[in-house]
Amino acid sequence: MDDKVNYLLRLGDNALILSQQLSQWCGKGPALEEDMALTNVALDLLGQTRMWYEYAAELEGAGRDEDTLAYLRDAHDFKNCLLLEQPNGNYADTLVRQFYFDTWHYFVIEGLTRSSDARIAAIAEKSLKEVTYHLRRSGDLMVRLGDGTELSHARTQNAVNELWMYSGEVFAYDAVDEAMVAAGVAPVADELRAHWLAHVAEILAEATLAMPSADAWMQKGGKQGRHSEHLGYILAEMQFLQRAYPGATW
Amino acid sequence: MTTATVVPAQAGIHAEQIWAWLGEVPDPEIPVISIVDLGIVRDVQIAGDGAYDITITPTYSGCPAMQVIADAITEALHAHGVAEVRLHNQLSPAWTTDWMSEAGKLALQGYGIAPPAQQVIDISGLRGGARAAVSRRAASSTPRIACPHCGSAHTEITSQFGSTPCKALYKCLACREPFDYFKCH
Repeated sequence: MDDKVNYLLRLGDNALILSQQLSQWCGKGPALEEDMALTNVALDLLGQTRMWYEYAAELEGAGRDEDTLAYLRDAHDFKNCLLLEQPNGNYADTLVRQFYFDTWHYFVIEGLTRSSDARIAAIAEKSLKEVTYHLRRSGDLMVRLGDGTELSHARTQNAVNELWMYSGEVFAYDAVDEAMVAAGVAPVADELRAHWLAHVAEILAEATLAMPSADAWMQKGGKQGRHSEHLGYILAEMQFLQRAYPGATW
Repeated sequence: MTTATVVPAQAGIHAEQIWAWLGEVPDPEIPVISIVDLGIVRDVQIAGDGAYDITITPTYSGCPAMQVIADAITEALHAHGVAEVRLHNQLSPAWTTDWMSEAGKLALQGYGIAPPAQQVIDISGLRGGARAAVSRRAASSTPRIACPHCGSAHTEITSQFGSTPCKALYKCLACREPFDYFKCH
């Protein structure tokens, strides 16, 4: 597979899997405002997914489109990072997953606005304002829950610790990522990681939460299609209609 | 070989007329404001083959109204006798609430939605100082939003997201009414 197509699918798969996960909170959020916020974020991510998939499908030229990419690929063909397929859990688990992702997403999208590929730069420019809102909201909530009650603090600290090992995969560049950096398409990992660590440290400190070691061992494999068991369940629900009734349309 | 004069299929319909007709197409989510006042229509061109090329831009990436808007444009122009309409989707420059007309902002206010209160996030500034743009201080320095019902500036945010991606939820501490705020974007 062409490196750029692969890179675009990684961006799209991250957004789609997180969008699908957030949609599962619809009607079940802990407060009406949170219910609406999560589904709004899910909608933004779904729109971004379509833009990445449309471009990937065009470049690939194999007759696929955004629907076939979303609904007719199996788990090993998905390239999302392992962080995004981690279960929704309790609200702190959902929030910390979001905060880790939003921080990376903001800085990578910001970097992509300067991509040598004009189409990627345009999609990034469109997405950046949305992603900025996402990060402001998840940072605000980290402080509210971390510096909240004894229970909310304990659950948020637990989620910070448990999800930490999934936070480094986005910075573990392989040959595909490096080819994109060399072509001026994607931003350098070290810079993104420095920004990510600084922002996460600032918010965690304000939230009275302890930050795990930056040198901790990190999980990886999602970008190369090696997933946890969770992804299969997510796809089973997301793809059910097209699998059971192939070609069904509205 | 003779050169035939190309007569546009709808000779006599100028771009200004197309803009005026599009100015009557309401936004499907907020019908008091037109898609032109909202800044969604970016360009109208008359092509050599007599077709009209309309360029639109999405408000938000996942805005579910975009397909409805595209269909409404085609339908409205067909109703006015414009046979050939080609729609183009443009991402860059990204849509901003700065493109909303003054008439549109007044219409929003009258409809009970507080219009955007300031110039938007400056993307060029974001590029320069990435960290400052997301600092919680920057988020908390947003301007006071006036209540669209009673005009009081004594309001507070309830949620950064409202009934659609483009709005936030506020409540007025003077008249106690909740209201939607059309976010600067």
